[in-house]
Amino acid sequence: MSAAVAAPPTTRGGSTLAGTGHLVRFMLRRDRVRLAVWTGSLVAFYAYFTFALDTVFADPASQQGRAAVMETPAGIVMGGPGYGLDHYTTGVAMANEGITWVVLALAIFSILHMVRHTRAEEESSRSELVRAAVVGRHAPAVAAATTLVVAQAVIAVLSALAMAAVGGLAVVDSFAMTVGSALSALVFGGVALVACQVTAHARAATGLSLAVFGVAFAVRAVGDMQETGGSALSWLSPIAWAQQTRAFVDLRWWPLLLSVVATVALLWVASVLASRRDFGGGLVADRPGRPEARASLRGPLAMAWLQQRGALLWSCLGLGLLWFATGTLLPQIGTMIGDVIADNPVAQQIFGADPSQLSVSFVGVMILYAALCCAGYAIVMSQRPKEEESSGRGEVVFSHPVSRTRWLGAQAVVAGLGTAVLLAVSVYAVWFGAVVVDFHDQTFGDYSVVFWTYLPALAVYVGLVLALYGWAPRFTGAAWALLAYTFVVGMFGSVFEIPDWAYRISPFDWVPEAFSGEVAGGDVAMLWGVALVLGLLGFVGFRRRDLTTG
Amino acid sequence: MTTTTASPGTPPVEIHDLHKHFGSTRALDGLDLTVREGEVAGFLGPNGAGKSTTIRVLLGLLRATSGRARLLGGDPWSDAVTLHRRLAYVPGDVTLWPNLTGGEAIDFLSRLRGKPDVRRKKELLEAFELDPTKKARTYSKGNRQKVALVAALAADVPLLILDEPTSGLDPLMEAVFTEQVRHAKERGASVLLSSHILSEVEKVCDTVTIIRSGRAVESGTLDELRHLTRSNVTAVVDGDPAGVSRVDGVHDLATVDDPEGTRVTFDVDNAAIGEVLTALSALGVRSFTAAPPSLEELFMRHYGEDVSEGPTSGEPAAAGAR
Repeated sequence: MSAAVAAPPTTRGGSTLAGTGHLVRFMLRRDRVRLAVWTGSLVAFYAYFTFALDTVFADPASQQGRAAVMETPAGIVMGGPGYGLDHYTTGVAMANEGITWVVLALAIFSILHMVRHTRAEEESSRSELVRAAVVGRHAPAVAAATTLVVAQAVIAVLSALAMAAVGGLAVVDSFAMTVGSALSALVFGGVALVACQVTAHARAATGLSLAVFGVAFAVRAVGDMQETGGSALSWLSPIAWAQQTRAFVDLRWWPLLLSVVATVALLWVASVLASRRDFGGGLVADRPGRPEARASLRGPLAMAWLQQRGALLWSCLGLGLLWFATGTLLPQIGTMIGDVIADNPVAQQIFGADPSQLSVSFVGVMILYAALCCAGYAIVMSQRPKEEESSGRGEVVFSHPVSRTRWLGAQAVVAGLGTAVLLAVSVYAVWFGAVVVDFHDQTFGDYSVVFWTYLPALAVYVGLVLALYGWAPRFTGAAWALLAYTFVVGMFGSVFEIPDWAYRISPFDWVPEAFSGEVAGGDVAMLWGVALVLGLLGFVGFRRRDLTTG
Repeated sequence: MTTTTASPGTPPVEIHDLHKHFGSTRALDGLDLTVREGEVAGFLGPNGAGKSTTIRVLLGLLRATSGRARLLGGDPWSDAVTLHRRLAYVPGDVTLWPNLTGGEAIDFLSRLRGKPDVRRKKELLEAFELDPTKKARTYSKGNRQKVALVAALAADVPLLILDEPTSGLDPLMEAVFTEQVRHAKERGASVLLSSHILSEVEKVCDTVTIIRSGRAVESGTLDELRHLTRSNVTAVVDGDPAGVSRVDGVHDLATVDDPEGTRVTFDVDNAAIGEVLTALSALGVRSFTAAPPSLEELFMRHYGEDVSEGPTSGEPAAAGAR
C-alpha cells in the first residue's frame, strides 16, 4: 500500500485484497448452476470413460489391440505419451488417453471462469460498481482464482472417487490423475488471468488463452511422438506435467510441482501487470478498425456471412483435423476391433459381428459422429436469427427496406451452406487421412455418396430450427432434444432393441448405412421433403408473427 | 432536396383507436396520434406508457390487435418494406454487431436503404464527434446511440421516427441533436420524436401528444396545451393581497413581507388571468413576473397521481416544483 496515502488504520490490513471473502461468496452464489453443471459433466465424463473402457475393452487381447492404436502418430496426438502400453489395463488407458481430453475440458473451464469474473466484469463496467465499494484492486482476481481452485478441487475429488467406484481403479493413482489434471488446468487459469491484463477485451483474452492451450497441446503431441514416454519437448507443456505422473504404471508425484510453481508464477506476473494498468484498460492498446465498410458488406446475406464465417472457419479447422487423424487410424482399426469384438456382445451390437465388415462399420460410426457434430453446428447457426432478433439488432435492420423473407433467407442460406461445407470437410478429411496412410478400402466416390446422403438429414435440423423460430421462437432449443435422441438411437438403438417406428423419428435413420452400397432414393427424397416443408413453415410463421424486441 | 410523400395532404403518421394486446396486457388501448407533414411531433410519456409499442407497430415489427394505423399513406404491416425506403428510425437502446466498427455499421445500414450520401455522413460524424474506427463492443451507450443517429440522419427521407434518441448523450450532443432535427424539418421532413425529456420536446416540437397507459390523454400544439394550464405569478404589491385569493382560479397563494411591500406568489388558471391583473393593479404593483407553465407541469398534471399519493392527487403536483 502506498505510503503517501494516510489511510485509517482499519483499512491497512486488507488494502488491495479487501473484500475478497465477500466476492468469493458472491461468485459461488452467482455461478451456482454453472459450477454445478461443469462439475457434474466432468465427473460424469470420468465415470463414463472408465465405464466404457472397462466394458468394451474387458479382456487383455482387446486391451493390447487398443494399445497398438495408441502407438500410432494419431494415437499419440489424440492420446498420450504411452506409459504402460505393454499392459494396457483400464487405469493405464484412462491416464494415457484421458488426461489430454480432461485437461482440455478443465482448461476451458478455467479460462472461461477467470475471464468471466475479471475482464468480462470490468468490460461490462459491472465491476466498477463493485470496486467503488470497499474492495481492493486485486480482490476480484484473487476471488476468481480462489473459487476456481475450490471448484477444481471438488471436481478432482469426486472424479477420483467415481473412477475408483465405477472401474475399481487404484484410489491413489486415480487421485494422481484427477489432481494432476486439475493442476495442469489451473496453469491455464493463470494464463487467462495474465491475458486479462494484457488485453482490454474479454473475448480477446479468452482467444489468447485458448491459443496458448493450442500451442501446449501441439507441443505435447509433437514431443511425445519423438519418444515413447515423452521427450524433452513434451516437458514444456503443462498437459504433460499431469501425464508424467505415470499414474497406474509407476506413480511419481513431483511433476505436479511444476504445475503449482507455474501457476503461482503466472498469478504473480498477473498481479504485477494489474498494478501497472488502469481500471478498464489493457497493456495493449486497441487497434482502430476500418472507418468504412468494405464494398462487399451490402445486404443481409453479406452480414450473415460476416457474422458466421469465424465459427465456420474454426469448426472446419478443428473438426477437419480431428477426422483427418481418425482417418489415419483406419488401417489399425480392423485388428483392434477384431480383438474387441471376439467375445464382447455389447461391442458386437454396436459394430456388427461380421469381422470382414469391421473397418467399414467403424468408419460408419465415425461418420455418424462427424454428422452429429455437423448437426450441432446446424442447430447453433440456425439459431443465430433468434439471437439477432432478441439482441435488438434485428429491429434496426427491419426499420430499413428489408423484408422478413429476405433477412431470414440470408441467415438460413449461410447456416445451411456452412453446414454443408462442414460436412464435406469432415467426410473428406476422413478420406484424406486414410489415403495418407495408404488405406484404400473406401474410394473418394464412396465418401461422396456418404456426403450426399447425410446432407438432407442435416437439412432437416436446419428446417426444424427455422420452423420453431417461425412459430415458437422461445423453443428453438428443442432441436437439441432431437439431436440427443438421434445420438442415442444411432449408437445404442440396437442395444436397447427399440421398435422400428421409434427409429424412424431420428433423421439419421433415413440415411442409408454408410459404405453399404445401397442408397434408398425414396428415403433421401423424403428427408429433403421434410426439411423443405419445415423450412417453409418457418418462413410462413416468421412473416406472420410479432418480432420480440428490447 | 425534395421530400414529398406519395399523396400530398395525407399525414405521414395517422393512428386512430389503435389497440395492441400482449396476452392480457393492453399495451395500447385506443391510441390516437397524428403527425402532419413537415411537423415535428413530440410523443411524451413515461416508461411503459406504450411509446415504443406504438413505434414498433408503425415499423411493422408488431401487428396491431385492432384499430387503424397509416404510415406515409400505406399500411405499416403489409407495405413495410416499401415504406421503409422513405423513413429512418433510431431506437432508444441501440445494439450493434460487436465485431464491426461504428463506421462499418453505419455503412451497412445506409446501404440497406440504397445509395448512401457519403458527404452527409462525414458531416454528421464530425458534428457528433464520433470515432468510426472503434469496434462496436468498445462503444459506450452514448456512442452506440450516435451510430444509429448518424445512420438515420444521413438518409434523405421524408419521415424520421426517433424513439428516445438522446438517451446516453451528453448535453452538448443533445444540442447537436436538436440542431439536426431542426435541419431535417427545414428540408421538409416530418419527425415523430418520442421522449420523456421535456426540455428536448419543448425545444424542437411543434405539437405534443401525451400518452398514458396506452391512450393519448392530451394532444395539440404547445401553445394550446399551455392554455389549458396555469401560469405562475410573482408580484410585489403595496396593499393587502388577500383579495386576490378570492378570485376564482387562483391557487396556492402565499405572501411574504418584502422591503418594498408584500411579495405574493400564486398559480392562476390562464382563463382567469385578466381578472387577476385587475385585482393586482388595484393594489399598486411594484414588480410583476409571470412564468408560462412548463411542459413538466403539463406532464405532472397527467401523471401527478402516480407520483404524489393522497386526496390532492387531482391537483397539479408539480406546481411547486419549478
